[in-house]
Amino acid sequence: MEKMPAIQVENLVSHYGEREILKNISLEVPRGEILVIMGGSGSGKSTFLRSLLGLKKATSGKVQLLGKDILQMNESEMHTMRKNMGVAFQGGALFNSLTVGENVRLPLREHTKLDESTINIMSRMKLEVVNLAGFEDLKPAELSGGMIKRAALARAIVMDPKLLFFDEPSAGLDPVAAVELDELILTLRDAMRMTIVVVTHELESAYKIADRITVLDQGRILMTGSVDEVKNSSNKRIQSLLHRQARNEDIDADEYLKRLTRKSPIH
Amino acid sequence: MPSITHNIESLGRKTVSSIEECGYVTALFFESIYWLVMGKRRNQAIRFSAVVNEAKKIGVDAVAISAVLCFAIGIMLAIQGIETLKTFGAQSQVILGIALSVTREFSPLIIGILVAGRSGSSIAARIGTMNESQEIDALQVMGINPVRYLASPILIAMLIMLPLLVILGDFMGLLGGAVYSYIDLNISFSAYAERSFEILTIDDISQGLIKSVVFAAIIALVSLSNGFQVSGGAEGVGKATTRSVVMSISLIVLADMIFTYFLNR
Ligand SMILES: Nc1ncnc2c1ncn2[C@@H]1O[C@H](COP(=O)(O)OP(=O)(O)OP(=O)(O)O)[C@@H](O)[C@H]1O
Ligand SMILES: [Mg+2]
Repeated sequence: MEKMPAIQVENLVSHYGEREILKNISLEVPRGEILVIMGGSGSGKSTFLRSLLGLKKATSGKVQLLGKDILQMNESEMHTMRKNMGVAFQGGALFNSLTVGENVRLPLREHTKLDESTINIMSRMKLEVVNLAGFEDLKPAELSGGMIKRAALARAIVMDPKLLFFDEPSAGLDPVAAVELDELILTLRDAMRMTIVVVTHELESAYKIADRITVLDQGRILMTGSVDEVKNSSNKRIQSLLHRQARNEDIDADEYLKRLTRKSPIH
Repeated sequence: MPSITHNIESLGRKTVSSIEECGYVTALFFESIYWLVMGKRRNQAIRFSAVVNEAKKIGVDAVAISAVLCFAIGIMLAIQGIETLKTFGAQSQVILGIALSVTREFSPLIIGILVAGRSGSSIAARIGTMNESQEIDALQVMGINPVRYLASPILIAMLIMLPLLVILGDFMGLLGGAVYSYIDLNISFSAYAERSFEILTIDDISQGLIKSVVFAAIIALVSLSNGFQVSGGAEGVGKATTRSVVMSISLIVLADMIFTYFLNR
């Protein structure tokens, strides 16, 4: 059981309507690893994350978390699995009607039978971890962007999940806050042996935290490898992504003309 | 003839989507009820405090406005009734007219429309905003079923509070009628009350209450499903809010008509 990879994806295909967004994705994440998913805008990173979380049904393929196929699970198995997963969404997704403290306590309230004072202590410990002690009575609307991300992280780890998913942790943060968040992610992996999947655009942050990097491009995996392997890859698209070059693909003249003159679909 | 095929196509698409929507609303109803019955057994009970909280927003906060509106309706019915009955010299029969039309028709209808406007819109906006900011996704990945956590308490609170508001409305409507009858016809309150109780049967009251239960389900389910299905940012939330109010009120009026027809045969 311990030998099983924490996350195992086989031939995952996913559509939005008619459009194929994820094309045959296969991937493994061993336990205790930090995997960073990179890729250009619209490459399907968020869609991939949603598929891993069971928020988006795959068209075909297999997604195994902690050795169990989430596409085959019934409601109550999924419910158990979710107690082992923590997710910090890009925008935080804190509940606006609740205070920061209530947000962090919510999973404990709903999933455990702990008494109120234990719940308070546990949630405060997590707020300490993310440096938000003393802010628990504020509403999310009263927090800064960086604080929202950290509060979302505190909520994500309050149940001590085995799997942690993090969408764009450092986007929109100042460099210092971004570095702090990266440190935090590393600490979580080392101290709590979490398996962590991070989606990010920030190269520096990716290089710092990643054990391995997966590069997505137009719904396909271009490569999965260590930081050095990705840095030294000879693949043109990877290099342009890493060096912030504009895409200068060869333009197919006919295809281009067709796109320009195409009729809009009926609404 | 591209425009004809276009129209047929879009008509077809609309039909399919409204059938889908009916299916969604039905599923939402049964799922909410499922959590009410099974929640405890599955260790995911519906929180009593959440129901109380919703009941306060839907019911308690609407007490004053409901009372005022129904009182005004009572007065209005009295004015019209007395005016009409004068032609037959049967003004005192106005008590009969007010008693029946308030309890069977006006109180549930006015309360239904009021709550659809007040709470229906706020529910759709609240759930829609939560959907847009990924709060619903967050609930789901935390293993907190959004239907149990958000929808069930609203549905239950609505089913409890609307009939209570209607009872209040019945009373205030009759009071309005009594006040105007006293002013215009000098009928004393005690005489008015006595006559009203003579006329009213359990059936009249329960007809209004049955309607209000149906209206409650309509408001809750329509606004919840519009909220859960929001897409397209702030504009989408706005559209869903408007849509759920218009849909709730239309369905309430239609349901009222159907009920009135069957309950009075
Ligand atoms: N709800 C949706 N409905 C239809 N298409 C969608 C939806 N969400 C995403 N897509 C499409 O799926 C593709 C991949 O989107 P996705 O959000 O996964 O990209 P991404 O890699 O996360 O991009 P970014 O870095 O900009 O967040 C895009 O082409 C997008 O148009
Ligand atoms: Mg994205």
